[in-house]
Amino acid sequence: MASTTTAPRRRVRAASGGGVNAGHTLAGWLFTAPMIVILGLFLVFPILMALYVSFTSWNGNGSPFQGGANAPLVGLRNYTDLFTRDGLMRQTFMQSIGNTFYYVLFVVPLQTITALGLALIVNNKFLKGKGFFRTAFYFPSVTSSIAITTVFLFLFGNSGAVNAFLGLFGIHGPAWFSDPRGLFHLAFGAFGIDNPGWAQADVLGRSLWEWLSGPSVAMMVLIFLAIWTTTGTFILMFLAALQDLPEDVEEAAALDGATSWQKLRFVTIPQLRPSIFLVTTLGLIGTWQVFDQVYVTGGGQPGGTTLTPAYLSYGQSFEEFEYGQGTAIAFIIFLIIVALTWLQRRFLAEREG
Amino acid sequence: MDRSRPLTRTVFHVVLVIFAIIYLYPFVIQVATSFKSDPQANANPLSIIPNPVELNAWKRIFGLTPDSSVPILHWAFNSALVTVLVTAGRVFFDSLAGYALSRLRFRGRGFLFTAVLAVMSVPGVALLIPKFLVTKYFGIYNTYYAMVLPLIVDAAGVFIMKQFFDTVPVTIEEAARLDGASIFQTFWHVVLPMARPALITLTILSFQGSWNEFSHFLVTTQSPQYQTLITGLASLSRGTLGSGTQYPLKMATALLTTIPVAILFFVFQRHLVRGANEGAVKG
Repeated sequence: MASTTTAPRRRVRAASGGGVNAGHTLAGWLFTAPMIVILGLFLVFPILMALYVSFTSWNGNGSPFQGGANAPLVGLRNYTDLFTRDGLMRQTFMQSIGNTFYYVLFVVPLQTITALGLALIVNNKFLKGKGFFRTAFYFPSVTSSIAITTVFLFLFGNSGAVNAFLGLFGIHGPAWFSDPRGLFHLAFGAFGIDNPGWAQADVLGRSLWEWLSGPSVAMMVLIFLAIWTTTGTFILMFLAALQDLPEDVEEAAALDGATSWQKLRFVTIPQLRPSIFLVTTLGLIGTWQVFDQVYVTGGGQPGGTTLTPAYLSYGQSFEEFEYGQGTAIAFIIFLIIVALTWLQRRFLAEREG
Repeated sequence: MDRSRPLTRTVFHVVLVIFAIIYLYPFVIQVATSFKSDPQANANPLSIIPNPVELNAWKRIFGLTPDSSVPILHWAFNSALVTVLVTAGRVFFDSLAGYALSRLRFRGRGFLFTAVLAVMSVPGVALLIPKFLVTKYFGIYNTYYAMVLPLIVDAAGVFIMKQFFDTVPVTIEEAARLDGASIFQTFWHVVLPMARPALITLTILSFQGSWNEFSHFLVTTQSPQYQTLITGLASLSRGTLGSGTQYPLKMATALLTTIPVAILFFVFQRHLVRGANEGAVKG
């Protein structure tokens, strides 16, 4: 994008004489030097360091780069252990993947639909108090995830506001943050199915039944928290896109006798496709990185059902002192995010074509 | 859609009001709870009028009680210090680099811009252990240097400034250059004053980002003396400080972390809105 817009201008300027452009090379490198130094030293270089550490089993003592008893090289073992070696590590890692899978499955569609729906409503010309509603929806997005999670710990506490509210209707709410029961397990339970024989197959160290748990009740709170804090930003993106839509297309549809619903379904939504793609991509990237909320709520409690790979990577390093293992998990998250973005781009490109 | 139907209009308004309550009510409860006593917070979590008004949580925050287990004023000092340094650094260095990438013709510029885009796509959680390793390696782990230095330039900010300078016509700068101003003089006296809207956006995003920063401080410091409001609140909420539920204290501390960003948000709302969209372009 940048190269296509700058290329013609460069030719024009070169033709206008070298006087104005004199000293550009020196100034160019001087102006970018702080950026190169800081990003180079504190971002690119440490990623390479971490890549090396992921091939060792450094225990946190001494230097990770001198081998020896503290940091012996173990090749790809930190990576392969997560997938092929039967044990607690693989089980925990796979649980964190399963948790995140359900988290993504709920958060991404719900936040996209909620944001799109609210944006479509707020965008109506006849509505009053637009500014107020936009502000109200955006406000949770600007506050820190730590502060918000603290508030949610209180709201969803055993004697918190949510259960007090449910109590008004005679509903006895669950002990949200300490309830490890899976949503799908609860649904199966309603039909009298509990850990049946057909669900005993072992898949990557966990039984099929464990994989089918669905998000735990505690995870549902984190899911709600994510939707609540992210929709505001996405509403703004949709609103910006809606305001850029050409009005004549919609008017033409109205003249052709299209109903409101038809206009929405066949005119507005297709035109919003780039924004919907952007929001789902940002959602996918964000949901695989959940860390702060898990840290505050106790590092994966209850029963590991809110554990995410991002937190596991931290915990394995800074709490279990297996830095090689923790770093390997971090690189796998990195790969998952890159792969998801790439897959989604491919998918959308095919549908467009 | 159809502006002649009052029923649709009413339904839409009701939907918006319900959602507005869901989005704002937790903050109302938070404020109310900070003025309650511990037992009161547990007994009446829904009430938004504390009765009686209990100032204990706020007294503890402002150091007016003998209990100094939660040094919130010290945390606030650290937050303010780090935020000011990081914001100042980002605004200056990001606009320098953004300007060079947009305007100056030099070999390697294309490569640098590609590198900025690549750096922007690195997910933050993949950087926790690298940041810990590198601050240890340079011997600055558990210092203010480790908290500030890695944050004083950010790729997203460079990108925003570059995109902005791309939209500004070059004629004024060229006039200044022909009058004999150096490149830096032109940048400082001519370009930056024109870049005010972008600089405001960048200031807000940097302030919000560094004030709310958590994981970077978590992995680059260890001593309680370096805790910020956010890392301090995280350990308070996680239950490693003090005893009991302490909900009023937690709500008050969370409120304190929210206030500066909230003020900034209301004052510069329009810029923040624009910033959110500019940040989005990177995806």
